[in-house]
Amino acid sequence: MRKLSLADAIREAMIQEMRSNSNVILMGEDVGRFNGAFHVSHGMFEEFGPKRVWDTPISEAGFMGMGIGAALTGLRPIIEFQYADFMYCAMDQIVNEAAKLRLMSGGQANVPLVIRAPQGATGRAAQHSQSVEAYFMHTPGMYVVMPSTPYDAKGLMISAIRLNDPVLVLEHKLLYGAASPGGGKALTDQTISEIGSDVPEDAYTIPFGKADIKRAGSDVTIIATLIMVHRALAVAGELEKEGISCEVIDPRTLVPLDEETILQSVRKTNRVVVATEDVERGGVSAELTSIISRKAFDFLDAPVECVAADNTPIPFGPAAEKHVIPQMEDIRDAVYRVLKD
Amino acid sequence: MTIRKPEDVIEPFNFEGFDSALLKTLYLRMVRAREFEEKLYYLFLTIKMPGTMHQATGQEAVAVGVASVLNADDYVTSTHRGHAHCIAKDVSLNSMMAEMFAKRNGACKGMGGSMHLCDFSKGMLGAFGIVGAGIPIATGAALSSIVRGTRQVAVSFFGDGAINEGVFHESLNMASLWKLPVIYVVENNQYALSMPNELESAVTDLSSRGCSYNVPGRTVDGNNVLAVYNAARQAVEDARNGKGPFLLECVTYRVRGHARFEQPNYRPKEEEELWKQYDPILRFKQAATTAGILSESDLKAIDQQVEKEIEDSIAFAQSGEDVGALDYKQFIYSGQMEGGVE
Ligand SMILES: Cc1ncc(C[n+]2csc(CCOP(=O)(O)OP(=O)(O)O)c2C)c(N)n1
Ligand SMILES: [Mg+2]
Repeated sequence: MRKLSLADAIREAMIQEMRSNSNVILMGEDVGRFNGAFHVSHGMFEEFGPKRVWDTPISEAGFMGMGIGAALTGLRPIIEFQYADFMYCAMDQIVNEAAKLRLMSGGQANVPLVIRAPQGATGRAAQHSQSVEAYFMHTPGMYVVMPSTPYDAKGLMISAIRLNDPVLVLEHKLLYGAASPGGGKALTDQTISEIGSDVPEDAYTIPFGKADIKRAGSDVTIIATLIMVHRALAVAGELEKEGISCEVIDPRTLVPLDEETILQSVRKTNRVVVATEDVERGGVSAELTSIISRKAFDFLDAPVECVAADNTPIPFGPAAEKHVIPQMEDIRDAVYRVLKD
Repeated sequence: MTIRKPEDVIEPFNFEGFDSALLKTLYLRMVRAREFEEKLYYLFLTIKMPGTMHQATGQEAVAVGVASVLNADDYVTSTHRGHAHCIAKDVSLNSMMAEMFAKRNGACKGMGGSMHLCDFSKGMLGAFGIVGAGIPIATGAALSSIVRGTRQVAVSFFGDGAINEGVFHESLNMASLWKLPVIYVVENNQYALSMPNELESAVTDLSSRGCSYNVPGRTVDGNNVLAVYNAARQAVEDARNGKGPFLLECVTYRVRGHARFEQPNYRPKEEEELWKQYDPILRFKQAATTAGILSESDLKAIDQQVEKEIEDSIAFAQSGEDVGALDYKQFIYSGQMEGGVE
């Protein structure tokens, strides 16, 4: 099978859906003539033109609201935020409007829109590095999707476009595997594996709420999202040589969350590490830990370990960023800690 | 500029182009909105009603004048003060009243209440409790109409306070760039809660505030339903024909307090009394009967019809089941894929 980068996979999903459904449109900053800040929408303006691919002004709240209005009236917009950090400019429209309209209207409103946002730390300092998932996991009424591989990205994106609810797809910049058109070379990270880069050409969907066991194991469960999936897999590969067997689970969607797959694994391994890139305090790792503690307490042989970003705005200096964002060593040390007694 | 006096804004009634059927419809909708809210006020006083509400008493001509030029499938977004917009867009009194009582047969199945009333089958996309939030949403509905090629027009109603929200500016810019068929109707009732317009808008001539975005505007007597209708009709016709957005300022006055029982202590009683004399329904009645276009008995028949409708709506609401504790669970997500099940 052919291999695609994650950016290619997302693009292919969008293009296939736009070809088969004329109500699907793409909007965002520089997504058209410039092909998107991370090249994800490369060639789409050329193929679909300005009525389907809208180059918007830098007006996040405005175009987010417009996406909602379009979704309420028959379109299925895909709204790209250039960086996930900029979603905060549109917080009201996302949290108060998109996520609540269905309930407030007693089920009249369908809000079939997809928000795509690149996130994650890549040396761009505090306002272009954040991992935003906790805010939106905390927002009932929308789904939160985090694809760690190209295969997952395509199937989840197609599901997202076809669903009649608001879906946030968070894409990690380091996982794109594509050069930025601004001249930047492809971002890389030596921990990123080629796992899941075989991508079928035909359109396919991946249901929400189905975690994927990226690696089966018996001693420790590592639950990880986005790039942490790759770091966890790299750690698991190393620890195997020491005779430690790690199971790596990628929830793929935080909302809905596949609690059963996670709890089943916990009941088997009795030891858990949660690895996410968002900050620890009030974060996704804390939420997962809480679920496990409440629902599988009797099966735990050690306290759950949270590996998450330090509680700080992301600093610029490379050494500092590296310290703040979880690395392989952090995951490895956490595994050792849960295995200690 | 200080608070505007009626004499600064009033325009004479010009019946040219209005036949008696249309005039009756305008009157009917204004009276419906008025009596619906007056009934709510009474129900709140007698503590029969949960929640809160914001009355548009004295502002009915704006909602009715604008919405009456729209087609049934045109879109409207509204505000926390939204009953009149719904009524003007022909949302049923029964479903609205039942929603106020938090009944399962309410417009929003008892999930929204006064501040989120909507009826998608009538193009009424919702009242928004967040000030200004409907502005980009209406703009997006207009974009949708362009993409789908339907020639539908969208109207966003919002207040003089909302015009200072960032989304107003973002939306006007995009609507103008892309010539979207959207009419921005600023209902200038001269107060945003306690704040008179002059204390919160650096430029109080609100219809001029589209000029940064090349959006034309106009200020009309918002208590003259015919003036509002004519201005809106022109704007809507232009928008439908691809000429782009318009900013219509309707100057009016919020006769009641901001919400429920609030007693405005931030404005002089004389000002309130003066504006009450320029009540839009009163003025319409006087003008139409003086001109001999509608008779007292025409109007009376409508009044009686509305009275009955309101009583019926209460009976309808009372016949509904109360919202159950778990009803909300079915409305959080659709969980459905387009055209089928997930
Ligand atoms: C974003 C936001 N800020 C503040 C409020 C509280 N609030 C509700 S209505 C209102 C005044 C709005 O004034 P205006 O836009 O003129 O509308 P009016 O009430 O006069 O109809 C305020 C401050 C709110 N609901 N939403
Ligand atoms: Mg006001």
